[in-house]
Amino acid sequence: MRSLLLQALLRGRAVLQRPEDDPVMLDEAAQALAVSGRRRLGRSLAIREIDSGSCNGCELEINALNNPVYDIERFGLKFVASPRHADILLVTGPVTWNMLEAVKRAYNATPEPKWVIAAGDCAINCGVFAGSAACVGPVSSVIPVDLHVPGCPPEPIRILQALLALVDGPEVACPK
Amino acid sequence: MSHALSGTLIDRARAEAPDPDGFGRVAVSESEWIALARSCAEGEHDLTALWIDRVRARMALTSRDRAEKVIASIDCGDGRYPSVGLYHAPAIRLERAMRDLYGVEPEGLPDERGWLDHGVWPESYGRGGAPRHEPYRFLAAEGQGLHQIPVGPIHAGIIEPGHFRFTANGETVVRLEERLGYAHKGIESLFTGKTIEDAAKLAARVSGDSTVAYSFAFARAVEAAAGIQVPRRAVYLRGIMAEVERIAHHINDVGAICNDASAVAVHAHCTLLREKILQFCGRCFGHRLMMDRIIPGGIAADLGGGGVTELRRLLDECERDFEDAVRAYDGMPSIQDRTVNTGRLSPALASNFGAGGFVGRASGRNFDCRRDAAYPPYGGLSFAVPLRREGDVNARTWIRIEEVGQSIGLIRSLLELLEPGPLRSELPIASACEGAALVEAFRGDVFVSLRLSSDGNVAHCHIRDASCFQWPLLEAAIEGNIVADFPLCNKSFNCSYSGHDM
Repeated sequence: MRSLLLQALLRGRAVLQRPEDDPVMLDEAAQALAVSGRRRLGRSLAIREIDSGSCNGCELEINALNNPVYDIERFGLKFVASPRHADILLVTGPVTWNMLEAVKRAYNATPEPKWVIAAGDCAINCGVFAGSAACVGPVSSVIPVDLHVPGCPPEPIRILQALLALVDGPEVACPK
Repeated sequence: MSHALSGTLIDRARAEAPDPDGFGRVAVSESEWIALARSCAEGEHDLTALWIDRVRARMALTSRDRAEKVIASIDCGDGRYPSVGLYHAPAIRLERAMRDLYGVEPEGLPDERGWLDHGVWPESYGRGGAPRHEPYRFLAAEGQGLHQIPVGPIHAGIIEPGHFRFTANGETVVRLEERLGYAHKGIESLFTGKTIEDAAKLAARVSGDSTVAYSFAFARAVEAAAGIQVPRRAVYLRGIMAEVERIAHHINDVGAICNDASAVAVHAHCTLLREKILQFCGRCFGHRLMMDRIIPGGIAADLGGGGVTELRRLLDECERDFEDAVRAYDGMPSIQDRTVNTGRLSPALASNFGAGGFVGRASGRNFDCRRDAAYPPYGGLSFAVPLRREGDVNARTWIRIEEVGQSIGLIRSLLELLEPGPLRSELPIASACEGAALVEAFRGDVFVSLRLSSDGNVAHCHIRDASCFQWPLLEAAIEGNIVADFPLCNKSFNCSYSGHDM
């Protein structure tokens, strides 16, 4: 462990600078967040990730948000274990029939105010699984979606931009 | 008796259909089918896959000495065929899944319950009939002081959906029963009718973490069916991508196991290393996970001169930095306390189930497709296949640690071989054809069996993830362990939900 610490001193920080604001995300976030909602969030977001039937590619990139390069907790963003603790549901995958009930229950268990981000092409339009009779449809066909992050899978930086737009983007995009 | 019979079948398959993909194909009678099922149970063959293709039930088998591979087919046009699971337990979940999807009855199957079908599918899908919404009958565990712990389908972490039903006595797990299928997306029926190009994209998304391996396996199945050669540069780059994918996951999961044993700094160190690998892939192959980079006929992304230099540097860095993590793992008795003797999988079970990947190799099953079903570019390359017999979390971790070193060596050899040349061959599909492929993903062997129709589109495609034979073994490995050690056991298996659920 000592050598790890020494290396850390020698090599400097791996952490990425805060990414630029994404104008599309800001617009979407501004619409999603009324002023009152933004106030209640108070620059901190608790995120519950839900895999509604993804191929697990999105999960790999969402997990990467916790590595030392993205280190999302420095922005007040934190993944939580229960929807009851969450402000945000970050949902991936086309919603399968077998996950439908669980997704609905998680949504209903999340206290208001709450927002839903559909992460990845499958969550937005079922991606390559479009047309399957084993899938209900995109996330928006099951629960209301506020923000969309396209990509297959979306790169961590894109997901981070979306989350940042929710945390403090609307300040810029939606002046009082 | 059954030995002789199945031996004869293999001779027949070899004589009748010496297919270029190495699989002999043979139609069998009911008694021959049952003899093959018995031969699997007796350890003469490994069951590689079992599926329904329209009016035929099909079973891929690999002989114990790995020399022979056979796909046996039996007619099931009347909606039934003799169950393999009746004789050979590893087939049970495969047959339950196929019954759910196609309504074909494996006669004698000792489990009546649905597997992928949770009773909520629309009438238009699966075996038909209105949604039943009936509760799942978990297997019983009875005794004084037993209690149940239901977990999932949504888990606490950022992972895929699945349900675990623990029955525990205090902290000790008496029985774990998995209920999977939540991520079932109907991949097999989606394949039918797709162009090869679109089907390749679908194959790449069966299990995102093994996207390179799946693209590789699907491409090889197409190439076997169409009888085409892939240019050398493409072959070598395929090998490089497959090994980079393996290294990224092994490093990440060794870190994740340390995390579950509370060595959080080691985990952070490993996730950083993995991120560097993914960033390299993003820069040099155009996609962080290298999705859709291997395509039927060749590859879709080249590695430029700068990329080669960068990859060499990355390998040096991985070797040096991963060594630090390994030293930390090996040097912290508090981690060993959690991993040694935890989640033991017996060599007998690993062998019976034909467990692939590090799960099998940590329990004495000496099998690696790259060596034992050698496919380009691995045929001419030298590498070791690490093997242990203890079968605990620690052994699975060490297999993965050792495989990182082997993969780094493989990539270095492949980089030496790399020379300029074309990246893909044309795919002339003139008539209906069939091909199969086995490819070693990071977690074990991926099997693809593909039929193409004369218009060049997919007639049927069956894909079997390594997880199908590993998930049931996790239930065995956790027995007698404490509930708190389940995350360690689970992570040390790291089965795919999506790959299993299809």
